Amino acid sequence: MTDFLRRLLRTPQGFLGSLIVGLILIAVVLGQWLTPYGPADMQALARYGAPSVEHWLGTDQYGRDILSRLLNGARSTVVMALLATFIGTLGGAVLGTGSAYLGGRADEFIMRTVDAVMAIPSLLLALLVVSLLGSSSANALLAIAIAFMPSMARISRSVALAVRKQDYVSAAIARGEGSTYIILREMLPNVIAPIVVEMTIRVSFAVMLFATLSFLGLGAQPPATDWGLMVSEARQYLHRSYWILLWPSAAIALTAIGFNLLGDGLRDALNPRT
Amino acid sequence: MSANYILKRIALIFYTLFIVSVLVFGITQILPADAAVMMLGENATQEALEALRQRMGLNDPVWMQYLHWAGGVLQGDFGTSLRTGQPVGPALFSALGTSLTLAGFALVFMLILAMPMGVIAAIRRGKPADLIVSFISYIGVSLPEFVTATLAVMLVADMWGLLPPAGYIPLSQDFWGGLERLILPVVVVSVMMIAHVSRMVRSELVDVMHTDYIRAARLKGLHPRRVLFRHGLRNALLPTITIVALDVGYLLGGVIVVEEIFSIPGIGRSLMSAIQNRDLPVIQAGVMIMAATYSIVNFAADLMYAWLDKRIQYD
Repeated sequence: MTDFLRRLLRTPQGFLGSLIVGLILIAVVLGQWLTPYGPADMQALARYGAPSVEHWLGTDQYGRDILSRLLNGARSTVVMALLATFIGTLGGAVLGTGSAYLGGRADEFIMRTVDAVMAIPSLLLALLVVSLLGSSSANALLAIAIAFMPSMARISRSVALAVRKQDYVSAAIARGEGSTYIILREMLPNVIAPIVVEMTIRVSFAVMLFATLSFLGLGAQPPATDWGLMVSEARQYLHRSYWILLWPSAAIALTAIGFNLLGDGLRDALNPRT
Repeated sequence: MSANYILKRIALIFYTLFIVSVLVFGITQILPADAAVMMLGENATQEALEALRQRMGLNDPVWMQYLHWAGGVLQGDFGTSLRTGQPVGPALFSALGTSLTLAGFALVFMLILAMPMGVIAAIRRGKPADLIVSFISYIGVSLPEFVTATLAVMLVADMWGLLPPAGYIPLSQDFWGGLERLILPVVVVSVMMIAHVSRMVRSELVDVMHTDYIRAARLKGLHPRRVLFRHGLRNALLPTITIVALDVGYLLGGVIVVEEIFSIPGIGRSLMSAIQNRDLPVIQAGVMIMAATYSIVNFAADLMYAWLDKRIQYD
């Protein structure tokens, strides 16, 4: 484990990614206590403030402290994305490995259907699901999870099939091990690693999709501090202050970059050969 | 590539469209919307509503409604919009034309930038040029379209006043005015693909340059440029066709957001407004058209790939 961590931190992507994701997770866990002001505290005299000593990142159209709102929104934005990715990955992995396990016609049928669903752009699929369930954060979470399932099913299926053909699995079969042993001890650990890498990179997509849904008015609703919603609201006040637009945009981009870098770092650390 | 393969692929497209049609019809059936109330308004009498439901077949079992709708679609009739009362097909296909103009320009712009970026990064692997390209692509894949669009409008239209912030003029009407309004949307929608494709080109070319045939070409004393262009690029750029085709699904999603922000009357904007207004026939037709576009583009890409690279044997 320490060896793995050392390998992860030695690659520039792994190091930067761990650093950024670490900072974001601190903001998610401790954000509520770190905020200098309440996320809804309005100061009528300090509207559209540029960054200053009292308000590090400035204030928005109602004189609310932007830093406090960002820290407050970290929890909803990032936790939602993590949960959506996790549920989507789990569903996809069950479908994909199940399909690989069944094989034959059932596999063919499941994968062709998965391919068919993938012909709908994931943003559009998420939009449809949200419009079916109603606009809210929880429904957006479910929509993103469903939108992720087809592609995760494809990936886990191909990983499971590749692992199945490896020599160590054949060796285990030749040794006469039971199928439970082979699946749990030989296949699962090797299937999980690539899926975790894919999942990490997916979190950045989830953050962006979630923000996009909120931006389009189909995710979190005002006065929530969701980052995508903050960008959407800031657009109307573009002429008064650029800061209210820049900071939440930067927060979304930084989170996405962090998870992307971490995913690439994990991939390199898990494949020492390449 | 056998005729058998082509037939199988075409059958697969139809299967895809069948699954998508069942899915989208199912979703729109569950949507809490009463088409009769939408057409006649909240104040319509019960008798009028009931008569209309009877006429539109809304009282039939779901599977009969599906067959009726699917039969219409197969004959090119997508039904009438609940909001405007106009036939859905012609309006959506003209919107699709607008979207394809946007997407086509974006694809060309993306390829012009992404290919050289990937090639330079691969040749100068580990050097500053490589780091700059990978830095740009990390930023690119981390910016959702609505953020890029908002920032671009803020900088280019608002602060510098170089380009109009939104709007659309068909190119056939006023070419330069239309082009001017297309610049920002095209750039915004291609950012993510530039980042993705340049990374793919880089890793393909790095792999290819380590193969035996490249070593053989080098060892027989060919000029390095000839090795790169005749042997390296030829093999490295082919797989990008498939990657670009798969990215078209992403592009179609991005088009929805970009059309909404820049007020471009394309299929994405029609779909967004249909979803907001619960205009079921438009939602159904819009999703079908998007899925069909994606399937056909990927089919065309596979054909092109096999045609360009004779080693590929599909069966």
